Amino acid sequence: MNKVYNNRAWWLILPMLLLVAFSAVIPLMTVVNYSVQDVFDANTRFFTGTEWFKEMLNDPALQAAVLRQFAFSLTVLAIEVPLGIGIALIMPKKGWQASAVLILVTMPLLIPWNVVGSIWQIFTRGDIGLMGWSLRELGYGYNITASPVDAWATIILMDVWHWTPLIALLCYSGLRSIPDAYYQAARIDRASKWAVFRYIQLPKLTNVLVIGVLLRFMHSFMIYAEPFVLTGGGPGSSTTFLSQSLTTMAIGQQDLGPSAAFSLIYFLIILLVTWVFYTAIMNMQKDDNNKEA
Amino acid sequence: MSDSLPTTPDAVRQRAAAADNRRRRKARPASRQWRRRGLMTAYIVFVLLPIYWLLNMSFQSNTEILGGLTLWPESFTIEHYAKILSESSWYMGYVNSITYVLMNMLISIAVALPAAYAFSRYKFIGDKHLFFWLLTNLMAPPAVFLLPYFQLYYTVGLFDTHIAVALAHCLFNIPLAVWILEGFMSGVPKEIDETAFIDGYSFPTFFVKIFIPMISSGIGVTLFFLFMFSWVELLLASTLTSTGAQPIASVMTQTKGASGIDWGTLAAAGTLTILPGIVVVYFVRNHIAKGFALGRT
Amino acid sequence: MAEITLKSLAHTYLPDPRSPEDYAIREMNHVWHQGGAYALLGPSGCGKSTLLNIISGLLEPSSGEVLFDGEVVNALPPESRNIAQVFQFPVIYDTMTVYDNLAFPLRNVKTPEARVHERVMEVAEVLELTAQLKRKAKNLTADEKQKVSMGRGLVREDVSAILFDEPLTVIDPQLKWKLRRKLKEIHQRFEITMVYVTHDQLEASTFADKIAVMYEGQVVQFGTPRELFERPNHTFVGYFIGSPGMNFLDVMVRNGRVMAGDTELAVGQGVHDAVARARTTNIKLGIRPEFIEVHAEPVEGGMEARVDHAQDLGTYSIVYLTLGSMALKARIEEDQVTPTGKAWLRFPDERLGLYVDEYRVEIENE
Repeated sequence: MNKVYNNRAWWLILPMLLLVAFSAVIPLMTVVNYSVQDVFDANTRFFTGTEWFKEMLNDPALQAAVLRQFAFSLTVLAIEVPLGIGIALIMPKKGWQASAVLILVTMPLLIPWNVVGSIWQIFTRGDIGLMGWSLRELGYGYNITASPVDAWATIILMDVWHWTPLIALLCYSGLRSIPDAYYQAARIDRASKWAVFRYIQLPKLTNVLVIGVLLRFMHSFMIYAEPFVLTGGGPGSSTTFLSQSLTTMAIGQQDLGPSAAFSLIYFLIILLVTWVFYTAIMNMQKDDNNKEA
Repeated sequence: MSDSLPTTPDAVRQRAAAADNRRRRKARPASRQWRRRGLMTAYIVFVLLPIYWLLNMSFQSNTEILGGLTLWPESFTIEHYAKILSESSWYMGYVNSITYVLMNMLISIAVALPAAYAFSRYKFIGDKHLFFWLLTNLMAPPAVFLLPYFQLYYTVGLFDTHIAVALAHCLFNIPLAVWILEGFMSGVPKEIDETAFIDGYSFPTFFVKIFIPMISSGIGVTLFFLFMFSWVELLLASTLTSTGAQPIASVMTQTKGASGIDWGTLAAAGTLTILPGIVVVYFVRNHIAKGFALGRT
Repeated sequence: MAEITLKSLAHTYLPDPRSPEDYAIREMNHVWHQGGAYALLGPSGCGKSTLLNIISGLLEPSSGEVLFDGEVVNALPPESRNIAQVFQFPVIYDTMTVYDNLAFPLRNVKTPEARVHERVMEVAEVLELTAQLKRKAKNLTADEKQKVSMGRGLVREDVSAILFDEPLTVIDPQLKWKLRRKLKEIHQRFEITMVYVTHDQLEASTFADKIAVMYEGQVVQFGTPRELFERPNHTFVGYFIGSPGMNFLDVMVRNGRVMAGDTELAVGQGVHDAVARARTTNIKLGIRPEFIEVHAEPVEGGMEARVDHAQDLGTYSIVYLTLGSMALKARIEEDQVTPTGKAWLRFPDERLGLYVDEYRVEIENE
């Protein structure tokens, strides 16, 4: 769409801008402020410069948490994206089944995050949880409080359960926006199922998938409540993700300076990854347009 | 021409027929249909099983829960639900949550609509940067903002109010709403606007009477996402409240009593948090099924 | 290459049809001969797209048979029918280049790449797409996209017929005639049966050798453009073909005279007898505006009519007349005098059509 150049558009943006700025800029400034100071109490503080940043970047516990975080985010993305697309493809398209399946599939998305943790905590307990109990009955010594592998597998399973619906929902909607004529033409062109997916469905899904993957990446990178309730970050620190380290540091230990510095590093990592991803996608699309134009 | 290329019409037809047979053997529509249903059912079972377990436990007494594993409530009881619905510390949690979620939806959509319109229709100084800056707010981990938020809202005297949580959730909900709405608005041809202005509509009348009805689907989908992300968020909501506006999710963390966790009540409370979501999906299901391709194309 | 026969074909979208109105296609028999260029003409909602989808196999008819060269193909899916179809809105595979788009139907049946190349180059040349072959199909203009859609049908060596479903809807007017000529050229070159669905009579008559006019789920007339114009089989054809459409007058015989309302019509004995023979009250006389003789002065056998107004369309004008209580339109060439106030009309018997219960009945002229 060719847009008109008009700076009065700022008036339409203004209310939104003020609200978001109130929620984003002021707190962010506070964080920046803390990150360069050492605060003893309300009246005593020292300027520390980049001290806290250096300390945080060299902290092995945090480095481990960052690696864990990346491992976790990439794993869940690798599972949820293909699975979500698959689910969207087999979801019924018409009638009451379509509505029913849509509602059932969406359910996990609308459960408060700590309740998700509680649900899985109950579900996986060895004594009173269906899954934990079944696994033990089958002879597998399942124990998420002792085995890091079990804890990891469970958290990933929980995240797949919780978030695959988002990808499925977005893809389903994307698929429904493809006009019938495309499928008809493909049949007449004798396209195989795979060709229909590759050349008709997948291209139409690109946009929703970009949003889905971005949202999933950001949220998985900020995951807090679910593992906190389910495993408490344990056993040891095997499922302690960045948010949890940060919250413990800021609220639990009252280490304002370091935690603020850490916050900013954390934020920048997400920003960087998202920016790389976003620009890569945009450039891909731009390339398509420029090559021939 | 090589031997592999048929030259007569007959040969061409035969080759096509052979290809058809190959395809038809591969297709087997009936079995495909069943495989599809089988897979769908398997996934639904996977989704429902943990929820069923929650439901199952919410109808059991604590003694039954801890006594051993039972696949369905053997001594069916609604005592946990009765407890939640009769104690104000419990049910007020739901009221609080729903209050700030609705407030947030209202605020977010109200400011996002004009903003999204501006992004979809106009070029202006700094538009691209502004859009990306908006998206960065979506990426801000709430954990980063916990402490500053607490201090900010405490200072302005909004701590422990519904509006505090509603405003805090604007941080990620407004950018999301602008993002989704912009995609829908860009799908509406610009000629509609121009025609309306020529017909003498003022901008506000045009926006409310013509434009908003045209993107009602998009608004439905947006409201769904706004509800979703505000309803499920816990970290900010529980940090910014203590008793007056405490969300249900954080009330639930207090089920650990002296005698261990009150599993039955926890399960019942969890079950009740699922219900509003189901209602919301029910209302927007047709908008979602109608199909949308989000984003800037 | 095939001859397409429709045998007692009917289709309904309802599970439980009760009346003829519930059918999108009412029972029909029809033959499309091999190598013909046909148009299926009708207003929207008359069932022409349904019919097209039944032929291509996208829809299975509720009853009756579709035969290709005498073989029943009802149960065959579109991919087994060797049919190509071009849709109203161009369907292209966005992510592929124009070349890959054209090659797609061939590659799907594992045609050797050398042959694919040969065919694609040939078709691209015919459609004047050679220069665009390397471009992404997504960035083409609407008419180029539609050419690619057509090309995917033409590229196949085994197509029995190409079906067009209003393919020029999204094309700019000045490009329409160019594409239409292209289609005609392709038809002559490849001798493929082509069925072209449209609601535009001009499009139909410039493209097709024979036109099937559809109305309420039925083919009401199948003939050359000339036949449709001169001898419409059904009042609908009369209305729909020609611009403006045919004039129809409700008539009856009273006291041995042919009356339209309270006005006596000056017509021949043959017409009178034919009207008198009809066993219904639904009798109409039809005459094309082109065939009404309009005189500015009284003439022998002329009926006096009032001239309401005249519309000058350059090379001819349309005169709106009132005869008794009936409105008529007549077309006057530019070399004729356009009457004002009053005019005297004559209906040449050989140009009159008699319609009983909407269908044409032959008039025996002595």
